Amino acid sequence: MHEMSLCEGILGIIEEHAQNQGFKKVNALWLEIGAFAGVEIEALRFSFEVITKNTIAEQARLHIIDIPGTAWCMQCSKTVAIKRRFDACPHCGGYQLQITGGEEMRVKELEVE
Amino acid sequence: MCTVCGCGEGETRIEGHTHSHEHVKSHEHGSNSHSHEHQHSHNHDYGQGPAHAHAPGLSQSRMVQIETDILSKNNEYAAHNRRWFSEHKILTLNLVSSPGSGKTSLLTRTIDELKKELTLAVVEGDQQTDNDAQRIRETGVKALQINTGKGCHLDAHMIGHAIDSLALEDKSILFIENVGNLVCPAAFDLGEAHKVAILSVTEGDDKPLKYPDMFHAADLLLLNKTDLLPYVDFDVEKCSDYARRVNPGIKIIQVSATTGEGMDTWYQWIKATQNLALI
Repeated sequence: MHEMSLCEGILGIIEEHAQNQGFKKVNALWLEIGAFAGVEIEALRFSFEVITKNTIAEQARLHIIDIPGTAWCMQCSKTVAIKRRFDACPHCGGYQLQITGGEEMRVKELEVE
Repeated sequence: MCTVCGCGEGETRIEGHTHSHEHVKSHEHGSNSHSHEHQHSHNHDYGQGPAHAHAPGLSQSRMVQIETDILSKNNEYAAHNRRWFSEHKILTLNLVSSPGSGKTSLLTRTIDELKKELTLAVVEGDQQTDNDAQRIRETGVKALQINTGKGCHLDAHMIGHAIDSLALEDKSILFIENVGNLVCPAAFDLGEAHKVAILSVTEGDDKPLKYPDMFHAADLLLLNKTDLLPYVDFDVEKCSDYARRVNPGIKIIQVSATTGEGMDTWYQWIKATQNLALI
């Protein structure tokens, strides 16, 4: 259940911003989660509900922005879409790939009052 | 917190530190005080209801741009460690592997054979016991044990404190032996120059595909226990191919910490890397 501790981290970020910016309630939050971040979205939603009980983020709507996996193929000299870290290039079949997207795991924005 | 396996971190114990604490704002590392930078967020009060909403309303809600990486706190500590290492021209190597790959044996042999020409120090990470730090101290080199308790990896904050306690010399080499775990330490930057993955031939040759994050994060792969190759079903070529699939730039050295085979190549890599750190 690593999503549980992920949510603790998210709550920490929210509470830090609440203190700095003086908001009392979070209505919604947007998370960017990359394909290679190793996060199970359903588990994340469940954990978020549990972790935010009796906090300023209780009842906040959780929006997930999926970031697809992309890599730079050195053979093809272009960006290609991949599903797993060790996938071959869909065009040339080679493995000379550098991951360029999909490792993100960020709190993007909040709707607060 | 560990983002990977959910382990706790309340039981961390660093030798020489009698209390554990969480720093949010700033803290000092010995005489090298430094504060932690904070990412700033910006308020965008559009005054017409929340963004993402279709109809403007009279709600008092507003949008706050956060744009903060969930691991940002660790990464801030890591950046400060890295800057400190760089200022003192210290080469830091983060050794990662599964338990039982022979990390500590490899490290003690390395120390024994390099300690005359280089200044070395070690941070040992384990859940419990200071057995490994004891083994290192027997070589005559400074070593500090960090017990992570329930934790499954070292983080940059623990390393910051270890730097204080060790009183590292300028232009030295610091080896950090991470907790035996091929999953979680991949996500936690400690401020090291390189992660060095150690894989023994008594493990599966498809481990680079099973645990791609770790082999992706490492710059060097030490294939250890090669003296056992005649007795095990391990395909070196296949393993190297898998490792390069997840990390085309990874360098691979075959070594045996028992017989010493290949160790010279590893020492050359350390010295070449140190030369870069000294620039």
